Amino acid sequence: MIFFINCKGKLKEVAIGSRSKAIFFYNQSNYLCQKFTIHMLKVESLVKDFGGLRAVDGTSFEVKKGTITGLIGPNGAGKTTTFNAIAGEFPITSGRIIFDGEDITPLPSFKTFRRGLVRTFQIPKPFAGMTVLENLMMVPKGQLGESFWNNWIRPKAVMEEEMRIRDEAVKVMEFLNLIQVAEERGGNLSGGQMKLLELGRALMSDPKMVMLDEPGAGVNPTLLGEIVEKIAELNRRGLTFLIIEHNMDLIMNLCDPILVMASGQMLMQGSASEVQNDARVLEAFLGGVAEDGS
Amino acid sequence: MELLGVVSFLVFFLIQSSFFSLTSIGLNIQWGFTGLFNVGIAGFFAVGAYTSAIMTGPHYDDTLFGGYDLPVPVGWLGAIVVTAFVAAIIGYITLRLREDFLAISTFGIAVSIQLIANNMDQLTRGPEGLYSLPKPLEDLSASPLVDNILYLGVCIGVIGLVYWGFERILRSPWGRVLRAIREDEHAAMAMGKNVFAFRLQSFILGSATMGLAGALYANFIGFISPTDFLPIFTIQIFVMVIVGGSGNNLGAIVGSVVMWGVWSASDSLIAAVVSPDFQTQAAAARIVLIGLILVLMLLYRPQGLLPEKHIVSAAGRMKLKGED
Repeated sequence: MIFFINCKGKLKEVAIGSRSKAIFFYNQSNYLCQKFTIHMLKVESLVKDFGGLRAVDGTSFEVKKGTITGLIGPNGAGKTTTFNAIAGEFPITSGRIIFDGEDITPLPSFKTFRRGLVRTFQIPKPFAGMTVLENLMMVPKGQLGESFWNNWIRPKAVMEEEMRIRDEAVKVMEFLNLIQVAEERGGNLSGGQMKLLELGRALMSDPKMVMLDEPGAGVNPTLLGEIVEKIAELNRRGLTFLIIEHNMDLIMNLCDPILVMASGQMLMQGSASEVQNDARVLEAFLGGVAEDGS
Repeated sequence: MELLGVVSFLVFFLIQSSFFSLTSIGLNIQWGFTGLFNVGIAGFFAVGAYTSAIMTGPHYDDTLFGGYDLPVPVGWLGAIVVTAFVAAIIGYITLRLREDFLAISTFGIAVSIQLIANNMDQLTRGPEGLYSLPKPLEDLSASPLVDNILYLGVCIGVIGLVYWGFERILRSPWGRVLRAIREDEHAAMAMGKNVFAFRLQSFILGSATMGLAGALYANFIGFISPTDFLPIFTIQIFVMVIVGGSGNNLGAIVGSVVMWGVWSASDSLIAAVVSPDFQTQAAAARIVLIGLILVLMLLYRPQGLLPEKHIVSAAGRMKLKGED
């Protein structure tokens, strides 16, 4: 059942098993806000203009908690622009972005990150001159040692925290099979390993939701299988994903639901089979099918 | 006697080199480690020099400030604080700009600072400059050579301390973020780092170091005037850092000593071979020489004399000291 509850003065949709449970939780709306928000991400009529070009034209969609949502569309559909807009890479023209019940529309990327929304890049951006281990260790938010003075006033506490972060990074590297390249520079990795490193950096932040921009591009099939497996495993642990991808095998096997964008607008959404059998999707991908048969 | 002359020249030369070295280290944290194209070095050096001069200097009849006669270390601390404050304001305004605009605006600000020094008589006595500035440890001996050796010791001590501090902070999580920003600022931002705040801190740290260098200079020379802080100083520092190896603090020191050596040697050479009538014009050849060295360096050894070391944070190794 879907209810609306009062959450910090704003109405919010929640899904609760039954009416009696809803009444039971009535006075604990803060708890409800956290626990029963069904949408991790809500994008409302997002518009982004680049000069005269409207890259995203009034797109609205939702990403439910715990899903692996796919975002597909032909080149130039506005997928990456939508990603960048959500992440706060640039100010948007109009629209609203709600993440985990809070409006994040005006936040720059370093602040959306702190809310638990992490993204990877279409073209991997590892810190090329830094080792894999350091690429991971720089990520956790609010590190003591990131304050200049703490390194002088509280060197012991900083070092202890560093040790914890290092252990965490080692765990992530083990999970992603990157441990054998731990001290290799980020720039020396293969394309697939860079994708894994980006995923690893995302994991280091303990995120609520990860947005992957073409995790499969330029990755050999063996490594791709591994990446898919890791995403599925993380999703089973409760992590929400939004994935842009051109590799249809990956999308169809992994994602549900799938959102389809074309020329800046949301074309449709549905399960893999619904998307595959939709005439509009075919038309968007393959170009207009002439109806008069000529 | 001959030997004594060589020694005292050498000591004097090394003291002068140490002002450049300290400034170069300051630039290195901005340019070499954060990628900030600060072309206003002379301005920060001037702020530090004037601050210490006003705080430690004697009373002049024609200025509104000064004559505080404070101990020299207090003047140096004051120079650090005031330069840091000035850098914070300038950085807050300019660091959001793209790097080419940052270069232009810092250059303009440095020129403005020099012009202020030239015109604000009540503070700086304009072109006449501030004189009779105290030199620390001066009273310990009657011999100027011993004085200078002691001052060289102080300079080496200060540089050593700053060097140690920078090497340490670059290996901290703070330095790690700085390196990440230099590698890819968009990725650093996507990893939740407030890139602007880190740049500002690096800018302030580097500029305060330049200010300290200016204070060391002022209290050694004992007389400062606006002609000490012309844009050529900024260019010299950049060449020193690039020749020594940007991103390497030891390189910045080596580059400073080498390039100051080249500058002084070309000075002596011009004095020896050019007829007195053309000495002023011939002095311009030194600038051409510096430019030539810069171009040759960038063509044949862009990494500098001492290439950048791969810095890894203290805890960022798979095997740490003392672990199995």
